[in-house]
Amino acid sequence: MPTLEIQQFSVSFGPQHPSTHGVLHLQMDLDGEVIVNCTPHIGYLHRDFEKICENRTYTQIIPFTDRLDYIGAMNNNFGYCLTVEKLLGAVIPERAEYIRVIIAELNRIASHLLAVGTFVQDLGAFGTPLLYCFREREMILDIFEMTCGARLTYSYYRLGGVSADIPEGFVQKVKDFIRYFRPKLADYHRLITNNAIFLIRTKDIGILSKEKALNYAISGPSLRASGIKFDLRKEEPYSIYPRLEFEVPVRNSGDCWDRYIVRMEEMEQSLRIVEQAIDKIPEGDFIAKLPKIIKVPAGELYFRTESPRGELGFYLISDGSTKPYRLKCRAPSFSNLAIISELAKGVKIADVIAILGSLDIVLGEIDR
Amino acid sequence: MMLKISPENWSFLIEFAWLCAKAAGLLGFVSLSVMFLIWWERKISAHIQSRLGPMIVGWHGCLQTIADTIKLLLKENIVAKDADKVSFWLAPLVSFVAAFLPFAAVPFAKHLVVQDFGLGLLYVFAVSSLGVIGVFMAGWGSGNKYSMLGAMRASAQIISYEIPLVLSVLSIVMLTGSLNMAKIVEAQGQVWFAFSQPIAFLIYFISALAETNRAPFDISEAESELVAGFHTEYSGMKFSMFFLAEYTNMFIVSAVAATLFLGGWQGPFLPGIFWFLVKVYFIIFLMMWIRWTFPRFRVDQLMNFAWKFLVPLAFLNILATALFLVVKK
Repeated sequence: MPTLEIQQFSVSFGPQHPSTHGVLHLQMDLDGEVIVNCTPHIGYLHRDFEKICENRTYTQIIPFTDRLDYIGAMNNNFGYCLTVEKLLGAVIPERAEYIRVIIAELNRIASHLLAVGTFVQDLGAFGTPLLYCFREREMILDIFEMTCGARLTYSYYRLGGVSADIPEGFVQKVKDFIRYFRPKLADYHRLITNNAIFLIRTKDIGILSKEKALNYAISGPSLRASGIKFDLRKEEPYSIYPRLEFEVPVRNSGDCWDRYIVRMEEMEQSLRIVEQAIDKIPEGDFIAKLPKIIKVPAGELYFRTESPRGELGFYLISDGSTKPYRLKCRAPSFSNLAIISELAKGVKIADVIAILGSLDIVLGEIDR
Repeated sequence: MMLKISPENWSFLIEFAWLCAKAAGLLGFVSLSVMFLIWWERKISAHIQSRLGPMIVGWHGCLQTIADTIKLLLKENIVAKDADKVSFWLAPLVSFVAAFLPFAAVPFAKHLVVQDFGLGLLYVFAVSSLGVIGVFMAGWGSGNKYSMLGAMRASAQIISYEIPLVLSVLSIVMLTGSLNMAKIVEAQGQVWFAFSQPIAFLIYFISALAETNRAPFDISEAESELVAGFHTEYSGMKFSMFFLAEYTNMFIVSAVAATLFLGGWQGPFLPGIFWFLVKVYFIIFLMMWIRWTFPRFRVDQLMNFAWKFLVPLAFLNILATALFLVVKK
């Protein structure tokens, strides 16, 4: 008598797929709709950032950092510039510090908007929340365009400051944006946060425990959603963050909904930061007077900043020449993605999409 | 051998020709209506999302669908290597035919119906549930894992939601004592069943959304999970047949809803067909509104919702209706 055989079958999810946020390839072994194994394959976007940096001068590297996490490019610029400046021992003009923080926080809002929009889109709310988020993000991009002319890869930060002073009307435009955005954020809460379908799709899905989050070196909003209050802007303050008042949103259960709500609350906090800083921009230079050819004294340094996705670190070894001897980039998305095979085990296909969306990865930074 | 044509045969032939003419007219109406619906959905979704939607072809893009149809007609006919050719080719046809057949029994206005069945309602549900065969053939025939998953989901979903759908309608049948759709419309002279049977209407509407694979029940073509579900491998004209079937399905479930719950063609002053279409398009508008607002259920949540909530609720509703009838007597 022939016996009935039950087979698992495996699906290649990506690298071309509507919801893998770039060229991520998930190899999934399925038992019906349930996932037995999920292995992420990366490297489709590899372009050898770290090796290229060894052959470029310190200033020439800035545009490459834009292409790491292209959603939060300003924050990458920021992290890299701070690392080099620290080893250089450069003093940054006060005005530049303020401009940098305002821009970085606006960029964080833009990045979280995209994260929230695509997350809800992946859950099947087709287009509407995503396009609302894009509408608001557009205003931030307009502000960025005023400062440096670019809308995605800015290279606005320079060693010692920023590439150009803020233009006329900038302050007003930022204030307009804050006034416009606060009610919109409330709108999102009404549209998404407590929607019954959204709740059952995200509550208790992809629970990331405290221990696991620490063991996997998760950082950023995903870590804070697991109940660990760790934000580098508070823990190892840099730039003018110590002078600004803001809170670090924390949630405890570590499910998809928590990761979503932490991002929503972080947007509010970023608005607060921008609001405080925008009125206090002092007069002065927007860039420090550094030599044309920058030679960083020999030494090594690891410096980390809080990018929208978590701990963005640069490990710089200098041999005293015009080019770094070695530049290692610690990308938050890379570590955050590693948890996916653990979280995906035993859940349904639709949940993997939710988990992936809530981790908010950017492939440009994972593959480097 | 020549077929001898007797007077009886003649009258049969004439009747047959008349039926064909009516069917052709209906087909024309359905196609036009679908074209309008596609444009309308694009416009509605655009305005919900603070966009403009199609604006170039014709006034506010009203000819966009025609342009799209021409494009789809001219596209290359691609059949995947691993496809099961027969079911791959037949699937779009089966889907569309199953979506189109129920129109025969739906009264558009008083006496404006292709065939006035005694068992009209039963016929409508019987033939419209054939659509799932087309979906499954498409998923199986494509030889694609995503399609297969989508088809399995769709079959499970459509079969599950058929039950609350029919059960919700049963209470209407109990009230009217007839399966004839024209009679059901006439029974709503004073009060629409949407008001006297609100729970049945709600169950019907939710199940109808699931039956037509519309959001938030569109798991069978869940874009973010299964690329395009059962029609991943389809392109060109075969794809547009599925598209046509989807919108035809939307029209038919809305037409049935309008007939059973919103008083069909009845309305003051204006001709019946006008009121009927207004009601149908209103329900379709509701479906579109929901689609562009809500996220999607997960496959098991969807099944739980049908079996653990809608089916018991529908039974309770039937029980309540029966009690009401007994007491009334």
